Amino acid sequence: MPLSEWFSKKKPKISGEYKAEKLDVPGSLWVKCYKCKETIYSKDLEKNLKVCPKCSYHFKLSGKERIAMLLDDASFSPYDISMRSKDFLNFFDTAKYEQRIRDYEAKTSLLDAVVTGEGTIKGKHVVICAMDFSFMGGSMGSVVGEKITRAVEKAIGLNVPVIICSTSGGARMQESIMSLMQMAKTSGALAKLAEAKLPYISLLADPTTGGVSASFAMLGDINIAEPGALIGFAGPRVIEQTIRQKLPPGFQRAEYLVDHGMVDFVVERRALKDTLVKCLDWFGY
Amino acid sequence: MDPKHLLDFEKPVAELNKKVETLKKSAKTGEIDMSSELELMEDRIKKLKKEIFSSLSPNQIVSIARHPKRPSTIDYVNLIFRDFVELHGDKYFGDDKAIIGGFAKLEDTPCMVIGHQKGKNTKENIERNFGSAHPEGYRKALRLMKMAEKFSRPIITFVDTMGAYPGLGAEERGQAEAIARNLRDMMLLSVPVIVIITGEGGSGGALGIAVGNRVLMLEYSIYSVISPEGCASILFRDAKRAAEAAENLKLTAKDHLRLGIIDEIVKEPSGGAHNDHSAAAGNLKAAILRHLEDLKKMSPAELKKDRYEKFRKMGQFEES
Repeated sequence: MPLSEWFSKKKPKISGEYKAEKLDVPGSLWVKCYKCKETIYSKDLEKNLKVCPKCSYHFKLSGKERIAMLLDDASFSPYDISMRSKDFLNFFDTAKYEQRIRDYEAKTSLLDAVVTGEGTIKGKHVVICAMDFSFMGGSMGSVVGEKITRAVEKAIGLNVPVIICSTSGGARMQESIMSLMQMAKTSGALAKLAEAKLPYISLLADPTTGGVSASFAMLGDINIAEPGALIGFAGPRVIEQTIRQKLPPGFQRAEYLVDHGMVDFVVERRALKDTLVKCLDWFGY
Repeated sequence: MDPKHLLDFEKPVAELNKKVETLKKSAKTGEIDMSSELELMEDRIKKLKKEIFSSLSPNQIVSIARHPKRPSTIDYVNLIFRDFVELHGDKYFGDDKAIIGGFAKLEDTPCMVIGHQKGKNTKENIERNFGSAHPEGYRKALRLMKMAEKFSRPIITFVDTMGAYPGLGAEERGQAEAIARNLRDMMLLSVPVIVIITGEGGSGGALGIAVGNRVLMLEYSIYSVISPEGCASILFRDAKRAAEAAENLKLTAKDHLRLGIIDEIVKEPSGGAHNDHSAAAGNLKAAILRHLEDLKKMSPAELKKDRYEKFRKMGQFEES
């Protein structure tokens, strides 16, 4: 490294991090791939399940898109559509939590970071939860915790498998301890599901970290990761600051987790539905 | 009080104490009778202490919770239990010294005790990784809990960690999975589980051994989803604004009792547990015995149901 660089303050670049470029404006006809920088026609990207046709980079999916992609047409019926977050701690940082919630509601047309409900996958009845990273980074507060817990309890009542598609930065700070407790609550519901001997398939999409990975996302009978997804307990920046060394290439990426025995396999989005069907079939559904 | 570890707000009391000591010394020489002055001073100290400790800010409570002289898990184990036999290792990878556990007797009841262990000095802290556990710590804890269940022994856990360790090895070996598994499997335990937050209850690393039928907090302990420093650096991009974050996070025992997260606040001796380990342990022992008595009346199925319902209720939201 030349001497001059010693004095330039640079944010450490995390290996394998793809920085979002502000090209994916809604309504824009063209999208630039975050990874290979290829310019893609939006409609082609949609048709390809939001996977870059050139480099197979998996763009983030919203909860609704995920459900539309996996479930049979018109088979989905949602649960708890009116549940919304509440600022019970009067949490204030640079803005009031109350205001943040309303802003995200307006921005995303969602009430919180997860969509739950039931439907069929190639005719197989399942309960499904799909998280949405666009709502406050997919963070888990009371609403995410309660909706997932209710969905799992519903599955026990219906005697059907559960699929949870996670993407989250972790617990929601603005609900403080109550967010932490959602980890125990959701894991508890999954304990009951396991006692009922009902299958739980966890799909981990980019990124799944913190309180979500340290609770329901890692508890699947099978854990499936999307290619390139960042999955871990602590975020890479926190780790680099703690250990003061560079992280190895691909650290905490889906493929790395397979190598370290933490997820069952990585599957391309285009093959996901068929893979889920095979697994559900093995489980006897 | 140890002058080296004196907290800012403890200083007025320490100064008065010092004055009393000097007075006492000069009284000993026997020239003037100072007993009434001394009594007055001691009374003042008591009042001042009460005043200071009844209006501590959340950030001041954080500093007590992290006090280097605060009793640690092993102190409580030694002061409350007898016949402690420490058990090591997760039987997969290694022994994590940031979490200790083993057999112990609470009066006549054989228990499994488990807790985070911080060091008492730098050398010990390095050995114990400042009480921040790796996955093998959580896996050891779960192994011991399952053994307790097998032999129908109650489980008492002591929580005191700034959080699970965010390191390379910890990630490689599945920190998230280890904590998640504990949350799920602790919910299924058929024996009584009593959890005590003794110092810092730092996020998932704390919760990983904190799914209990009863959750108690010592008066000046804290329990939070993120450290005040971490919260400040994310929300304000400035870790120095931790005091503000501590206010916001509502991380004190009083807050948690109000929110229904904990069952009881265990009183600390005047001036905090770090000033009187045995008094702190005495209060805690009485509380543990009382809760254990209640829980012993429940069947295994009732214990599981009780624990599930306790956490099932947690959460606040709106619904139309």
